[in-house]
Amino acid sequence: MLSKEEVEHIAVLARIGLSDDEVARYQKDLSQVLDFFKELEAFDMPPEETSESVPRKKNDTREDRVENFPSHGRKIIMDNMPERKEGYVKVRSVF
Amino acid sequence: MIRALHEQLKAQEITALSLAEKHLGVIDEKDSEIGAFLTVTAEEALSSAARVDEKIARGEAIDLLEGIPGAIKDNMCAEGIRTTAASKMLDSYIAPFDATVVSNLKQSGATILGKTNMDEFAMGSSTESSAYGKTKNPIDPTRVPGGSSGGSAAAVASGEAVFALGSDTGGSIRQPASFCGIVGLKPTYGRVSRSGLIAMASSLDQIGPFATTVEDAAIVFSRIAGYDPKDVTTTQSNDKRFENYLSGDMSGLRIGIPKEYFSENLDKRVLSVMEKAIERLESLGAILVDISLPYTEYALPAYYIIMPSEVSSNLARFDGIRYGLHVDDRKERMDGNGTLLETYLDSRAYGFGEEVKRRIMLGTYALSAGYYDAYYKKAQAVRELIRQDFSEAFKKVDVIFSPTAPEPAFPFGDKTQDLLKMYLSDIYTVTANLAGIPAISFPIGTVLEKGTSLPVGGQLMGKWFDEETVLRAAHAYETDK
Repeated sequence: MLSKEEVEHIAVLARIGLSDDEVARYQKDLSQVLDFFKELEAFDMPPEETSESVPRKKNDTREDRVENFPSHGRKIIMDNMPERKEGYVKVRSVF
Repeated sequence: MIRALHEQLKAQEITALSLAEKHLGVIDEKDSEIGAFLTVTAEEALSSAARVDEKIARGEAIDLLEGIPGAIKDNMCAEGIRTTAASKMLDSYIAPFDATVVSNLKQSGATILGKTNMDEFAMGSSTESSAYGKTKNPIDPTRVPGGSSGGSAAAVASGEAVFALGSDTGGSIRQPASFCGIVGLKPTYGRVSRSGLIAMASSLDQIGPFATTVEDAAIVFSRIAGYDPKDVTTTQSNDKRFENYLSGDMSGLRIGIPKEYFSENLDKRVLSVMEKAIERLESLGAILVDISLPYTEYALPAYYIIMPSEVSSNLARFDGIRYGLHVDDRKERMDGNGTLLETYLDSRAYGFGEEVKRRIMLGTYALSAGYYDAYYKKAQAVRELIRQDFSEAFKKVDVIFSPTAPEPAFPFGDKTQDLLKMYLSDIYTVTANLAGIPAISFPIGTVLEKGTSLPVGGQLMGKWFDEETVLRAAHAYETDK
């Protein structure tokens, strides 16, 4: 089973705050699913690289130019941001 | 059903407005019980329907889908409309643009009734993980409608909507179609644009239609498929109207029966429905071929590694800054002394439900240093072998027939305490997503449980970009008397 510290570490990497109860629950839950992953241990990796499932195609590129975004579009995007100041997004300091 | 409504509209026996009003009335009457809708867009529906009527009055030709009332799963953006993905994280999110499928439907003149309930961020097989309550199965309200597109399936099965759009990452269109006794199509990966779909697992997600008949599903599918510069995985333009290729004939069609899909997980009653369906396919002139897809046993664990890995990256964007929800719930942060990390931790702790958190953490773990080779890389190798399994099989057969789900609709709460039981619901559907092939679920019979006839869906899987054969076969089965 995953330790308390392991779950807490994963949670911080995943940027999810967990209560102590949740840590205990996810120790159990995540371990159960990880055990299920172990079914893949019976599977032998083929020798050659076979990890390309999405068919490759040439990348579509477009010219890099500024397009006018309608002002109501800007407003509706900004309205979705709860903390704003003078037309900018307001965030906490990083440290 | 759509063709008949279309004829009535053309003949001016009904108006698009009266049709929209009728369906809004059904929603009013039934939806407090069923809970299929999260948002009803009555005003938009009525004004769009009125425009169709004006067109008819002017003597202009109308498309098959014009004025036909449909619903959209709430993980697809519709401009100016609340779009939640059934998560508290997006509780107040108003989409700034239309998803390409929504804009396609609008261009086709369809009447959009509203947005439907789903598992939170499409993660689940029962619609029970929605932050906004249950959706009940219209066949039996004590049972789940399936998931994750349970609201869309229930809206169609209850007659609230004529058609609906869902999204399918591991079975989320086909399994609810099976549970609610209707038709659900997951198109080939890259057939329908995902622009404006709130991403769950980008290499697996695909949008498709729910309808009561195969022909209706074909009509809707034809109008959402095609190349879109906003989604680089869409590869082919589409001007084909698939509804015109449903000949009603499947004689000579080679149908593969994969032995791995008839394992001990399959409910015995579903097995017997399947056996009858297979006999019927044969009586319709299909040639049955026993086939093997040997890597099937690894599909589910590979899926539950790849999908959460993509989930963990895709859902990183929900940061408590840009999409409506922002939580700073500890006292010392209220005075503005908190850090950015704390904004993330608190907003995501509050905004995401249990299953979403679980999958984000699973994916974070699977992708972390030291586990990447053991899990993610191996799962991708399995995925490629599953694709090759299908590639080999399709040299021998035109389509593959299997059950959609191992059992009929289950009661509420039946699997919420046991993760793996819930995950097993996807066992017959995840392979089509891993391989990227098209697959349809359509009703093939019922099983009797506690006095209720519960629907069972059969699944036809086809070659890449060969929805035509899949639709034709399902249609021939459906219209055989």
